[in-house]
Amino acid sequence: MTAVVVASPPRLEGARRFAREFFRMPTAIAGLSILVVFTVLALSAPLFISGDDLDVTKATGGQLAPPGHGYPLGTDQPGRSVLLLLIWGTRTSLAIGVIATLLAMVLGSAVGLLAGHYQRFAGRALMHVTDWFIALPSLPLAISLSAVLGQGARSITIAIAVTSWTSTARLVRAQTLAVEARPFIERARALGAGNVQIMVRHVLPNVAPLILVSSTLTVAGAILSETTLTFLGLGNPTEVSWGTMINQAYTGSAVTRGAWWYLLPPGIAIVVVVLGFTMTGRAVEHILNPRMMTR
Amino acid sequence: MSLLEVRDLNVTYGADVRAVRGVDFALDAGQTLGMAGESGSGKSTVALSLLRLLPATATITGEVLLGGEDVLTMGWGRLRAVRWAEASIVFQGAMSALNPVRTIGEQIREPILLHEKVGIRAARERSAELLDAVGVPSRRMAAYPHELSGGQRQRVMIAMALACRPDLIIADEPTTALDVIVQAQILKLITDLVHEAKISMIMISHDLSVLADTCDRLAVMYAGRIVEIGDSRQLIEAPRHPYTKALSSAFPKIGDPASRLAPSGLPGDPPDPSAIGAGCPFAPRCPEVFDACSTREVELWPAGPPDSARESACLRVLPEFSEVPA
Repeated sequence: MTAVVVASPPRLEGARRFAREFFRMPTAIAGLSILVVFTVLALSAPLFISGDDLDVTKATGGQLAPPGHGYPLGTDQPGRSVLLLLIWGTRTSLAIGVIATLLAMVLGSAVGLLAGHYQRFAGRALMHVTDWFIALPSLPLAISLSAVLGQGARSITIAIAVTSWTSTARLVRAQTLAVEARPFIERARALGAGNVQIMVRHVLPNVAPLILVSSTLTVAGAILSETTLTFLGLGNPTEVSWGTMINQAYTGSAVTRGAWWYLLPPGIAIVVVVLGFTMTGRAVEHILNPRMMTR
Repeated sequence: MSLLEVRDLNVTYGADVRAVRGVDFALDAGQTLGMAGESGSGKSTVALSLLRLLPATATITGEVLLGGEDVLTMGWGRLRAVRWAEASIVFQGAMSALNPVRTIGEQIREPILLHEKVGIRAARERSAELLDAVGVPSRRMAAYPHELSGGQRQRVMIAMALACRPDLIIADEPTTALDVIVQAQILKLITDLVHEAKISMIMISHDLSVLADTCDRLAVMYAGRIVEIGDSRQLIEAPRHPYTKALSSAFPKIGDPASRLAPSGLPGDPPDPSAIGAGCPFAPRCPEVFDACSTREVELWPAGPPDSARESACLRVLPEFSEVPA
């Protein structure tokens, strides 16, 4: 009976070690704080922003009024508070970025695992499909995809996912090949494990760190793509996101009228969030891949 | 009936690399057989072909009857069921044969859960018993392979091999990369467990002295063939094949200064498996060679008292050649 109880300590110990390493890096702390701040803002936004604040017809401020008196970041053309728009836009941008990344990761990891495990015809065919997607220019592909799927957040998410899974697939395939060449895979075969068992139980845990790192870096790219696509007018204009804000600032001639307070905040927010994801991703990569450590 | 019967096993890698060239042997239930030979003599290939674990580039012919069933022709599903449940393997190099990112408990449970209809709880209890049986404290079940010493890892491999109570264990150089003390412990452990549970075992090693200590019978392989087989004590003390003689005299006797001052070795290299000509493959290196060796095909001939099951593939065991001068 005494033998069965102890199951979790090493795993917890590993997590603790990871946390200790992570919080020793200033960039990691900075990146994570940025992400925490924006996530909290995005999640709590409905508590202090009502539909009226975002409704063009019920706006109370002046047209493109500069920052001051009740509007810390000024107002847009219909007179809404840019600060509230910015906070509300975090929700859409983060959601699209994260969901698109999840889709891309699932697709990319599955293709990579299968292509690495079945090295004959199926694997080669999958890698040719991947190469084909790499060769396609991603922005025109995303534009035409969202044109076909219709405007809106869903089609943008799908378009981003479809264009950003390829690098993950290549990474995972390369790592799968390396892991499958190791003797414990032969041992697993010898004890009667089938293909699924080998892929899920033996290879996947070994490539999981890679997928994690790759996904934090992909989120940054996905948020950028989201902005690009909505800026180009493929998003839903009634939905507030950072991309639509820049788009409307541009079309509403904020530039010519010198309304920097409408144009700059979403741009800076994008840069900061992308930076946050990249710094966190790099930090995780540094811990999980000791070869990158420079001591 | 024998538990394992191998008949005319041939393995060819690619088009012309004949790694195993006609191997026959049988193993009774509860018996232990040692397989010795230099690197490249085909002993590991024989071991892996018993469970059809060779890469797809290898062509295997012959018969491997495990409990009366031919492993080489059975269907994929049946083969997976036979693997580990009837015959398991103790791999060499336990560090690399264990998955570094899963705990040893999970890895010992894996074959149990795969082959037997038991719950996770029963599997966990069984893996704890197994760990205790091989001398690793069962509270270490949640440890990862890198947290264990080399000897402990090899003990875990042995526990894993015993997990499904197989009839046959194939130990492929289980003690390489271990120091001599740990090597002795591991060998004692594995032979004790095998004798206790009446499991048959094939142990592969290039170390003849290890095999002589642990196995009932010995088979010596050279260039993809068994050149001598028989009771291990007889084989070491009175080898009939010149190659076995060279192998057994290559080990210095401790306390015997004569063997230290005049070490005996074997000049030359084993032949290239893709270019083996007619006659005895050992002839170019043999100290007792004579003219018939390079022309006449050799096979295993009885080489001892009628009921001893000693066999040797040297022309000199035949009465007509026993007196030919070298």
